[in-house]
Amino acid sequence: MSGFFNSSIGRKIAMALSALFLMFFLLQHLAINILSVFSPDTFNEVSHFMGTNPLVQYALQPVLLFGVIFHFVMGFILEIKNKKARTVKYAKNNGAANSTWMSRNMIYSGLFILIFMIIHFLDFWIPEINTKYIVGDMSGQLPNGEGFRYYEELVHKFEPIWRVALYCIGFVFLSLHLLHGFNSAFQSVGANNKYTKGLKTFSKIYSIGIPVGFILIALVHHICH
Amino acid sequence: MNLTLKIWRQKSPEKKGKMVDYKVTDISEHMSFLEMMDVLNEQLINSGEEPVAFDHDCREGICGMCSMYINGEAHGPDRGVTTCQLHMRMFKDGDTITIEPFRATAFPVLKDLVVDRSSFDRIQHAGGYISVNTSGNTQDANATPISKHDADEAMDAATCIGCGACVASCKNSSAMLFVGAKVSQYALLPQGQVEAVDRVKNMVAQMDLEGFGNCTNTGACEVECPKGISLENIARMNREFLSANLKG
Repeated sequence: MSGFFNSSIGRKIAMALSALFLMFFLLQHLAINILSVFSPDTFNEVSHFMGTNPLVQYALQPVLLFGVIFHFVMGFILEIKNKKARTVKYAKNNGAANSTWMSRNMIYSGLFILIFMIIHFLDFWIPEINTKYIVGDMSGQLPNGEGFRYYEELVHKFEPIWRVALYCIGFVFLSLHLLHGFNSAFQSVGANNKYTKGLKTFSKIYSIGIPVGFILIALVHHICH
Repeated sequence: MNLTLKIWRQKSPEKKGKMVDYKVTDISEHMSFLEMMDVLNEQLINSGEEPVAFDHDCREGICGMCSMYINGEAHGPDRGVTTCQLHMRMFKDGDTITIEPFRATAFPVLKDLVVDRSSFDRIQHAGGYISVNTSGNTQDANATPISKHDADEAMDAATCIGCGACVASCKNSSAMLFVGAKVSQYALLPQGQVEAVDRVKNMVAQMDLEGFGNCTNTGACEVECPKGISLENIARMNREFLSANLKG
């Protein structure tokens, strides 16, 4: 199968599979974040479970990290190869006549998402890993011992307006990326059939709904605290 | 109508090219785009200049020979037509029209607007056929039942004329619509099953070898294709390729 993954179609299918996995992860991430708005206690319990469960931490988390890194790296490799496929540019090119802006600029929306991801990792993931695996505190408790720390940390992060604004911009780019990427992933794995029309409608709902959900959560915490 | 043409001029594959401006006058809106180019070339010949080289053959939209990237689109602004069937009524008096060759590393410019599309031929040679042994007792093709749906889809795929508009329009210069159509044409028919595994593997390998880019599903190829070849053919090729590799 090494020939398969070195081929244009093999790489395209691998990109699509990593995208489908990441899109499923986004849905799960949003579902947990929504809990922070409606029930801080449930959010704390679910966060503690996800943060300490060995299956999630030692099996799913590495797979997720690999998926994220693979999707970015392969995206850049394919972009470089694609640039080599046309070294002399057109003097006049009317891309808008035959394709969407989103589909033509996946590399740029992807780059902004990468910047957002670095900020997001610095904000949440690295402090979490530090607390649990460097400091060695797996209790999930606040320093004063008055309950879980997850909800408090989340709310505290969304106090500065600049971070909320940055997150909102990041999610706008995620939406633009998904508006092409969702359908594209299905087409790449060969799923273009009688369900494609319905899938396109669902893709619009998902691509706008998921980022808007994340934006609303950030805004709610900023406004209410 | 009177027009200003900005045309890519390049003496040979090795020489550097550039855009050159020309004026043409009294162009009828009933002319085809190639007839307008003929008028320009007559004008150039009469004034002792080198005429613009461009590909053309049947001039009725079926041979796939004409190309040209007109005002930023393969075969120009009309839909479902090749350059030879593009009419001047699509333009207005006083317009400036930019005319370039199809651009792709796998389609090197030979001269002016003529590009070398033999990479498509090599992909076809790699597997775009079925082998029929003429042993003397060859079965009549009509004796093999094929559903109407499959026959229609295979016929639709077979309408690809290999003009290269898909490659020219794709921001990645991907040839997947062309190869997808050629793979689908046989994948949908029982006669194509015998060599199905080798066909898709060899054609995709040749496509990659030629230096075409990777498809990112922008759909530009489908919109610009003069024969309306559907993206479903690319999805089918992806399935065929995956299943061929799983079979070994």
